[in-house]
Amino acid sequence: MNQKFRLENVGLINRDKKLSFKFNGVAYHGYEGDTLASALIANGVHLVGRSFKYHRPRGFFGAGVDEPYAIVQLFRNGETEPNIKATEQELFEGLEATSVNCWPNVNFDIGAINNFLKIFLPAGFYYKTFMWPKSFWYKLYEPFIRKAAGLGVASTKHDKERYEHKYEYCDLLIAGSGPSGLASAYAAAKNGARVILAEDKARHGGTLLTSDVNIGNQSGKEWAEGIISELKKMPNVIVKNRSQVFGYYDHNMMVMSERISDHLPKTKKFHPKQRLWYIRAKEVLISSGSIERPIVFGNNDTPGVMLSSAAKEYLKVYGVLVGRNPIVFTNNDSGYETAIEFKKNGVDPIILDTRKDPQSEIVDEAKNLGINIKLSYVVVAAQGYKKVKSADISKISDNKEQLGAIENIKCDCICVSGFWTPTIHLASQSGNKTKFNEDIDAFVPGISKQNETTLGAANGSYTLEETLKSSLEASYELSNKITNNDNKISFPNVFEKKSTTHDKFWCVPLPEGKNYKRFLDFQNDVAVSDVEIALKEGYRSIEHVKRYTTLGMATDQGKTSNLNGLQLVSKIENKVVPNVGHTTFRPPYTPVSIGAIVGREVGKHSKPTRKSPMHSWHEKNNAVFVDAGVWLRPRYYKRGNENLFEGSKREAKNVRTNVGVCDVTTLGKIDIKGPDAAELLNRVYTNAWLKLPVGKARYGVMLREDGIVMDDGTTTRISENHYHMTTTTAQAANVLSHLEYYLQLIWPELNVNVVSTTEQWAGAAIAGPKSRNLLQKLFPKSDVSNEGLPFMGYLEGDLFGVKARIFRISFSGELAYEINVESDNGNFMWEKIIEVGEEFKIQPYGTEALSTLRIEMGHVAGSELDGRTIPYDNSLEGLLSKKKDFIGKRSLAREAFVAEDRQKVVGVVPLDKKTSIPEGSHLVKDSKAPLPNPKLGYISASCWSVEHDNPFSLAILKDGKNMIGEKLFVMSPLKNKVIPVEIVSSHYVDPKGERVRS
Amino acid sequence: MLYIKCPHCGMRSQNEFSYGGDATVKRPELNSEVSDHDWDNFVYNRKSLRGKHWELWQHISGCRQWIKVERDTATHEIFNTLKAHEEISK
Ligand SMILES: [Zn+2]
Repeated sequence: MNQKFRLENVGLINRDKKLSFKFNGVAYHGYEGDTLASALIANGVHLVGRSFKYHRPRGFFGAGVDEPYAIVQLFRNGETEPNIKATEQELFEGLEATSVNCWPNVNFDIGAINNFLKIFLPAGFYYKTFMWPKSFWYKLYEPFIRKAAGLGVASTKHDKERYEHKYEYCDLLIAGSGPSGLASAYAAAKNGARVILAEDKARHGGTLLTSDVNIGNQSGKEWAEGIISELKKMPNVIVKNRSQVFGYYDHNMMVMSERISDHLPKTKKFHPKQRLWYIRAKEVLISSGSIERPIVFGNNDTPGVMLSSAAKEYLKVYGVLVGRNPIVFTNNDSGYETAIEFKKNGVDPIILDTRKDPQSEIVDEAKNLGINIKLSYVVVAAQGYKKVKSADISKISDNKEQLGAIENIKCDCICVSGFWTPTIHLASQSGNKTKFNEDIDAFVPGISKQNETTLGAANGSYTLEETLKSSLEASYELSNKITNNDNKISFPNVFEKKSTTHDKFWCVPLPEGKNYKRFLDFQNDVAVSDVEIALKEGYRSIEHVKRYTTLGMATDQGKTSNLNGLQLVSKIENKVVPNVGHTTFRPPYTPVSIGAIVGREVGKHSKPTRKSPMHSWHEKNNAVFVDAGVWLRPRYYKRGNENLFEGSKREAKNVRTNVGVCDVTTLGKIDIKGPDAAELLNRVYTNAWLKLPVGKARYGVMLREDGIVMDDGTTTRISENHYHMTTTTAQAANVLSHLEYYLQLIWPELNVNVVSTTEQWAGAAIAGPKSRNLLQKLFPKSDVSNEGLPFMGYLEGDLFGVKARIFRISFSGELAYEINVESDNGNFMWEKIIEVGEEFKIQPYGTEALSTLRIEMGHVAGSELDGRTIPYDNSLEGLLSKKKDFIGKRSLAREAFVAEDRQKVVGVVPLDKKTSIPEGSHLVKDSKAPLPNPKLGYISASCWSVEHDNPFSLAILKDGKNMIGEKLFVMSPLKNKVIPVEIVSSHYVDPKGERVRS
Repeated sequence: MLYIKCPHCGMRSQNEFSYGGDATVKRPELNSEVSDHDWDNFVYNRKSLRGKHWELWQHISGCRQWIKVERDTATHEIFNTLKAHEEISK
């Protein structure tokens, strides 16, 4: 197909590079520099989709972010993406796109039946139409709505593209590179400020690309190009195109999405698809311009009805005619500018102007060109289904209420201009209280909340001269405040044609006997009649009207619909618009892809993965890993076809009979130094610490102020004023913050320093009856006998030339030691232990065996210290000092914490000694009692006891102290299990704790 | 994202900090007699203020110091920041 609506010698596209693309399966051509929209219009395609609710045919309405209709499903490099605006998507070779909201296809759409059933789909249809009968909802309404609704289909595949985040700081962030943005950026940059200039579109210049103006001796476009190339050379300026500043957050944090690769057939190697910028700007200049608003008339959603500024942009930027027989329907001079461009390119437009007698340079030019101008005229309704074929037009009375005789004239497009609405989204997001400007019938920013300044058309200033002047001045002053420089830009001569005032007319009355749909919100299919219904039904607040009718709620956020909606509400309610107020603008200004928001933090990268220095050894030796917080830890070391149960049982058994080695590097470690270190420990831990000798370790429990156990671990006195604290893997960061809190805020008089050393030490636990024999061989020069290194003793030793710390502590309940070496020597230590341990039948063991060993010993851990239990509940009350105060002590005297039947940790064994008990199950007295069956406790941890060879669990049980020997039931509704059990002591193995001291 | 002036490090973004609650709460002295009522107030009872509020933040990804921040809970405006040992002036 040839591009029969493409003009020769007009536009900024690259005619040397022809691109092929497909829309709804049909092949077309366009040029480099086109958008999908401009290329389709060049090929005469105007039907691009169906509307959201009534499935009416829809075409193009705008030429950029304001586009409410032309939303497509895009296919690029084997991926698909929904909700893409054809007016923003740049054309690339091989682009494919399809319409959304239509099924089976755009030409014959079954949902269009809604258009004839529209009586069933009025305002609030979400809330009332499909409510009854209830059974119909699941079977009929929901599947139908799901099929019919939506703006495309999200891909279910993993997104292979890369997205990045970037943080940046600047003096001035300038959002928008039209005349105001360019002038501001230039003035600030010349004055030495660090500037970021962000442009949403591919081309800089904004309206300078389409207006017939001169700055200095250059056309507006040439001036823009000159400024941009100069800015790009300056080291203090970042110039970005395809970059939308979409959110204004607290403390001048701006977020911008940069579309780096979306305009290319395929993302280049090592390039991201998009980049999200977090920019902290000292000052923000909002030069986001304005968006033309429509005039409301009958069937104003027909393809071929579009904004007059869009028609001009398609012509001037892309060299494309939106029609050969246009009507320009306007209430201001902007429509004339579009008509003049048509005329200059050999097309004869008709202007319908609602005004009676406009007088201005622009109007005079149109007259001189011989354009047919009909004053006091309106378009009553567009005619044609899939494309405008004609228009019903009429004279309108001076009070704008009576129509004259209806005439029908042929046309193939209707270009509408209802004047301009400043784009105040960013200012409003910043917290700026906007005010209504009667002269332009629109809201403009009022008093700035943060360091934001709105300039140019976004501030309601619609002449180039005023825009440039105010922008240069404001930008000079702001940059001068920051840099103290004093370089002023001289103001250039500006030539622009003078315009006259607009007519406040915005909605054409319905002719007698006609019931045309007159749309306010094109994307969500909200018509004048819907808002009328909402108000009749009692909705008053504009926020409620918005939600009930869905006016302004679509992905275009009402860019073209908000003000006309307000006009209607204010007219019916007989209020002035400022009293109706506008709904809140919330970020993002335009849709942002989820990929850009997530950035690189995807899947495994959502958190860092931490590995111990021995990780590669574990890998080589068939470790099956498990996530422990951010750490990867071996769960068990697989031998042959072993499963987790078999492998962990073998490892645990080997610890009980021979010796095992476990990687305990992940434990939190905190170095504590200072003359008051013992005093700090004494206040933080529940037991006494002042008399711990050098070279000894002690087990301690720390509480929160509310008496709940926070963490447990051992702390060792390395030397007079030097302690080494260990924490659980999970609580390492919290414990450090906790200590810092008390040292910095509560007891600053304590002379102590704390620092995390978790990463500095690699740790290996060797446990089992043969662990001393192994230790002696590892440290032949040290006395590691029971006398030389007793339980809870500490030594420094020499491990084949490597300095090591040896702690005699035990988590498994066996005779056990922990060896720490500097992280870099971790793997060396591990290999030596394995090598030397061979003669003692050493086996490495993972977290599963570690759990088994501690559970059957009744040693409480994270599953019991779960943020809900106090020391008593964990049978740790023996560690509560009566003589001294400590953090959380006062809370332990609370009534519930001293109750006679307080919960306590117990052991649980199934009566059949076979059925394993699911963790999280409940303990009840009577398994057949009516619901809700009173719950006595819960299973906190389960294992297969290797010592007794039957299942064993720990539970937190009400009145646990007096329940030993009782028969209860474990119930797991999730696993549909009822297990008769006996309550036993939590110390199922070695209840006297003799082994650790042996 | 808030922009908080750490008295030790200067202006830093909120994601370097962690929130720590009301800065005006005083912990009862160790080894002192505290009534149930006073202890409950210290541990549990906090006002949910709208407006100016002194609160604690820790610069966890920076100098690790706890600091005091005077912030408007409704507007997020920050008026003042103090080091841990500096007294809040009323
Ligand atoms: Zn700091």
